Amino acid sequence: MIEKHSRRGDLLLLLGFALVVAFAPTIFEPIGGGYPDLLQKFAIYGIFAVGFNILFGLTGYLSFGHAAFLGVGSYTAVWSFKLLTMNVLPALVLATVMGGLFALFIGFIALRRSGIYFSILTLAFAQMSYNLAYSVLTPITNGETGLQLTHGDPRVLDALFGVQHGDGLPSTDLFGMSMSGWSGYYFCGVVLFAMFYVSLRIFRSPFGMMLRAVKSNQNRMNYTGINTRPYTLAAFVISGMYAGLAGGLMAVTDPLAGAERMQWTASGEVVLMTILGGTGTLLGPVLGAGVIKYFENIFSAFNEATLMDVFSFLPETLQHGAVAITGLFVGEGWHLTLGALFMLIVIFLPGGLMEGVNRIKALFRGGLRRGEVRRPATMTG
Amino acid sequence: MTRRTITRRDLLKTSAVLGAGFAAPMIFTRGAMAYTNEPKGATVTFGFNVPQTGAYADEGADELRAYQLAVKHINGEGDGGMLATFSSKALKGNGVNGKKVAYVTGDTQTKSDAARASAKRMIEKDGAVMITGGSSSGVAIAVQGLCQEAGVIFMAGLTHSNDTTGKDKRANGFRHFFNTEMSGAALAPVLKNAFGTDRVAYHLTADYTWGWSQEGSIKKYTEQLGWKTAAAVRTPLGAGDFSQYITPVLNSGADVLVLNHYGKDMVNSLTQAVQFGLRDKQVNGKDFAIVVPLYSRLMAQGAGENVKGIFGSTNWHWSLQDEGSKAFVKSFGKEYGFPPSQAAHTCYCQAILYADACQRAGTFMPSEVGKALEGFKFDGLGNGPTEYRAADHQCFKDVLVVKGKEKPTSKFDVLEVVEVTPRSQVEYPAEMLGGELGPFNNGTA
Repeated sequence: MIEKHSRRGDLLLLLGFALVVAFAPTIFEPIGGGYPDLLQKFAIYGIFAVGFNILFGLTGYLSFGHAAFLGVGSYTAVWSFKLLTMNVLPALVLATVMGGLFALFIGFIALRRSGIYFSILTLAFAQMSYNLAYSVLTPITNGETGLQLTHGDPRVLDALFGVQHGDGLPSTDLFGMSMSGWSGYYFCGVVLFAMFYVSLRIFRSPFGMMLRAVKSNQNRMNYTGINTRPYTLAAFVISGMYAGLAGGLMAVTDPLAGAERMQWTASGEVVLMTILGGTGTLLGPVLGAGVIKYFENIFSAFNEATLMDVFSFLPETLQHGAVAITGLFVGEGWHLTLGALFMLIVIFLPGGLMEGVNRIKALFRGGLRRGEVRRPATMTG
Repeated sequence: MTRRTITRRDLLKTSAVLGAGFAAPMIFTRGAMAYTNEPKGATVTFGFNVPQTGAYADEGADELRAYQLAVKHINGEGDGGMLATFSSKALKGNGVNGKKVAYVTGDTQTKSDAARASAKRMIEKDGAVMITGGSSSGVAIAVQGLCQEAGVIFMAGLTHSNDTTGKDKRANGFRHFFNTEMSGAALAPVLKNAFGTDRVAYHLTADYTWGWSQEGSIKKYTEQLGWKTAAAVRTPLGAGDFSQYITPVLNSGADVLVLNHYGKDMVNSLTQAVQFGLRDKQVNGKDFAIVVPLYSRLMAQGAGENVKGIFGSTNWHWSLQDEGSKAFVKSFGKEYGFPPSQAAHTCYCQAILYADACQRAGTFMPSEVGKALEGFKFDGLGNGPTEYRAADHQCFKDVLVVKGKEKPTSKFDVLEVVEVTPRSQVEYPAEMLGGELGPFNNGTA
């Protein structure tokens, strides 16, 4: 089942990915997604899902508690903004490290089991973290209200280097470049690209091969005398660091951390993203993240007036009927649409959106193959 | 097998292309604006951010109805509602500053993250110049912070926590609704008359900023009366089943149960408390009593029979007989077929007050609109003479103490007004709650 990968193919993939990231504002404009906040979410959840895929896609370990690392990353980043500096670099480094440390701790315990027991253990840890953040650790997390910046925070590094923030609330920056709006998106986009590249290298490395071997038959690995635990733990920590980084970026683009980021529904969301896009594929998780965030932000905002506009070409009675029916699937009903889409994909494209893409590709290739013999991929480039 | 990897040079090449792409979107940055989302066309966009799902969905739905009605009235459709009774006559029913009002809506899901994402969409994509709504203080505080950063005005909807205009207040945020401090001050004398000064209270509190705030205020004022507090237990928001929290109340020696819950939570906890027979009990030789410090007609309706005789406070009630309230109830009733809730009322007022301030300021620039609202005194919006205090952007007005009606005449007629506590009794110095407004932010856009 291991496919061959050409260097040129990977390069084209990276190039295409970079182009999409760079021109996303133009690409998503026609479907109403070309505004910074949504594109930031695409990028951030893309990173989250890419990291999750390193664990789930390669080793097959289904973690149901990844939102805990996301939350830890957010809290760390906001504390870094409060205590150290408004510069985003220390915040992101600390968020990634904290995500990794948390993952090391939880992974060390949870990875003693596999399969459903592993999933339940991670779920339990995540739920514990959520409840801690929600009420017990209120002095650190500010409970349900969420951790916010205040004007009177110390910010020792900024004070040390004499950075002035004016009278209002300070905003996050990268050496003077504001991290909200478009510049914030491009920063997230660059990080996403880098993380995608790292994930590609992991997929192609011997380490990645080892992880795939764990997925295909862990017992056999153990019988041959290989201790798989360090490999799975490493994968778990790496994906925890990805999640911490994503959480940190969420705080960078919007300096607030709330406990609901750690709730089990948030953990479930990243599982959905990965499965929707295609488990174990490189691009799939990013696609899945994009689709889910698009539904959450755009579909949920359609109200009756918008629908009336859409169906204004129909006669009035038909228009009201059409609005009444479609109204169930947009606005508050966006979960329903997403659920239906998820079912369709799991039933007809078990490999996720990427399977759909590959099928279309194969269709074209099939047409070509009749005419000429295709050269093996490894020989090109 | 030969393994091909990507060299550093290849990565650099790719990055160069990526960098080139950076320049592209600068085309999209719109022409210079004096402030965030300065409206250039024939319309101005308001953003209505309300909970459409979750524990406060009923309130959210009613808020949205009120906003839509307010937009109609501002644009000169319908019967004009409270515009006719409002003391400021700046709005002429032809929009604001010569522009018709359009609106966009979003679902806060009663979650800070979702609410901020939704508000950001309205600001960045839809060009909203003002965000209003919310039915939870946690959300209101989160969105208020966002609006301050983005440089748009936030007109808080139903938010009752002291923090909204206390320790978390922001210059760009304004609140018409009252707060727990005022509820405590208004309720205490009524509770004293009804239950005496020798009582032991047990609090069940929704575990977030509003619950903590209300628990603190009620404790403060009841303990001044001489009451004792047996315990204060925090319950998660949207818990659904409160039986595990209610059972211990019976053995605690308390004779008053204070429910610091709102929305569906209050409906559930009150119903369960009554089902457990708490109100038929005698403790310390006194009848056991239940108090719901923040009441709304929607909740009372949800709890049905169980609210009879239970005291609480409210910002507004549809049975009020002043001209403003009557005009609003008539207009809302004609549109939707039932009377508005206090959530609907405060949201309607906020939309009108914002539009009026823009008209008086002659611009939508947040700093100018804010100055027009600061210290603004008005009447005719259903609460009697009201003032937007400049020091903390909080409205001060009379507070209603209400009681569940013993003999309701219709399914909407569930509360009766026991006392109207005058403004002077509920007023407090702005410094008392801490926080600082900071300067107005017009954004840079």
